[in-house]
Amino acid sequence: MRRASLILVPYLWLLALFAVPFVIVLKISLSDIAIAMPPYAPNWEPSDGVAAFREFLSGLDFENYVWLSEDALYWKSALSSLKIAVISTFLTLLLAFPIAYGIANASTDWRPVLLMLVILPFWTSFLIRVYSWMGILSNTGLLNQFLMWTGVINDPLQIINTDIAVYIGIVYTYLPFMILPIYAALDRLDMSILEAAQDLGCTRITAFWLVTIPLAKQGIIAGCFLVFIPALGEYVIPYLLGGSNTLMIGKVLMNEFSANRDWPVASAVAIILLLILVVPIVLFQRNEQRLREVGA
Amino acid sequence: MKRFTWFNATSLTIGFAFLYLPMIVLVVYSFNASKLVTVWAGFSTQWYVQLFTNSDFAQSALVTLKVGLASASIATILGTMAAYVMIRGGRFFGRTLFSGMIYAPLVMPEVITGLSLLLLFIAIGLNRDAFTIILAHTTFGMCYVSVVVSARLSTFDRSLEEAALDLGCSPLAAFRLVTLPIIAPAVVSGWLLAFTLSLDDLVIASFVSGPGATTLPIQIFSAVRLGVNPEINALSTLMIAIVTIGVVTASLITKYTARRPMDA
Repeated sequence: MRRASLILVPYLWLLALFAVPFVIVLKISLSDIAIAMPPYAPNWEPSDGVAAFREFLSGLDFENYVWLSEDALYWKSALSSLKIAVISTFLTLLLAFPIAYGIANASTDWRPVLLMLVILPFWTSFLIRVYSWMGILSNTGLLNQFLMWTGVINDPLQIINTDIAVYIGIVYTYLPFMILPIYAALDRLDMSILEAAQDLGCTRITAFWLVTIPLAKQGIIAGCFLVFIPALGEYVIPYLLGGSNTLMIGKVLMNEFSANRDWPVASAVAIILLLILVVPIVLFQRNEQRLREVGA
Repeated sequence: MKRFTWFNATSLTIGFAFLYLPMIVLVVYSFNASKLVTVWAGFSTQWYVQLFTNSDFAQSALVTLKVGLASASIATILGTMAAYVMIRGGRFFGRTLFSGMIYAPLVMPEVITGLSLLLLFIAIGLNRDAFTIILAHTTFGMCYVSVVVSARLSTFDRSLEEAALDLGCSPLAAFRLVTLPIIAPAVVSGWLLAFTLSLDDLVIASFVSGPGATTLPIQIFSAVRLGVNPEINALSTLMIAIVTIGVVTASLITKYTARRPMDA
């Protein structure tokens, strides 16, 4: 009896506040917009009876999805989200790997300090970290002031309100998520294997490519997913740092929901975003599974 | 053999400069006398004065703390229960669905979580205020807690629990006297994680909060969406200071307690 209640309490909580809301989104994505409260139709209450339920079901259709697939703007925003997420994941990897490598090779006295310095920004507000770039990247901001002072450029560069600012924002906020799994993988790496490779005639650089990278692979993959998955649905970074022509699915969803008040289309966009994410999420879970098996 | 080369030193310097310079700039410019945030016009603490006289910020900081404390605490209880069920619960009906519901919120985009919860609250006619934010934050918080706690639960020796049961403990007493002390560090880090995520959340809170309950991130966001704001720089500096002191203290405590030999 006690076991049952132990299972039921968290189970029912998650059913009510995770599974049910999800079904509601799915249902509304199949409804039509209506000028009423709630602003969608059809609706069904248990008191309406079974016959009404059949009628309600026949009122649901894929119209919103068809409409979305015919509108070039939504295709563009999906592709542009993918592009931004892929490029910023790659840039994060380029920056994170040398840092993780440096920490893994630091002396044991320094490593905890360096790791704390990586984790500290994670505890600081995400919003503030994004905001901190607004003053740096603006046309009269510090970066432009500095570049003009050094004489590299004569006129300020337009960085804020472009995709470049979004890349910088994503790389900056998600960097710790990439550094930590790569560091964990490099830390497990047995350095004597590298020595063996060099004894057997590898140069340090070929040993790095042939030994270090393959052994750190799962950490790299985990880090890439940890950046890619949230970056794809990102809303705050493109809103604050990107421009009006920075298209990302999260922004489109918010826009449909609050500006256009089209809840059915917003729900359909949410379902599409989720469908795009299913593949990377499943791959990520598999990689984690493999990591656990290696660790065990 | 570890090699620390000039390459490592350079990449660490560049990396940490990138991570910390923006925040240092923010802190420095919070003491700027000019309202033009990019022009330095001398030292001043006027933005702090203005911040403290603005009661809106105090109000929303209070809401944020209340929501954070409540949701992190409920999330810790539910998440620990969920972790216990996952690791010790054996087989039960719908176990796959259960573990799916624990892991899915961790990777779910915030816009979807926020939208779906809002649609739920509207469908059941629940008024949106601090309470609905607590419900939302508890839901994703308990998933993080359960992942942290189940990692700890899966590594500890189950025979300790069995010994307690053999020696006449009730299952509840065995949990309280044996299991809980062992998983306590994970429970505490789970609580801290849920608390921090709650304080930090903007997107989900802006979906599920009503006009009466503005959290600090919502208020910061509405202040900065139009551009840089020196008052927000002052507020950010305070928040960065609190987090830094907290994290440094926590890591010093861990370092100190880890060095002490285990008593008992």
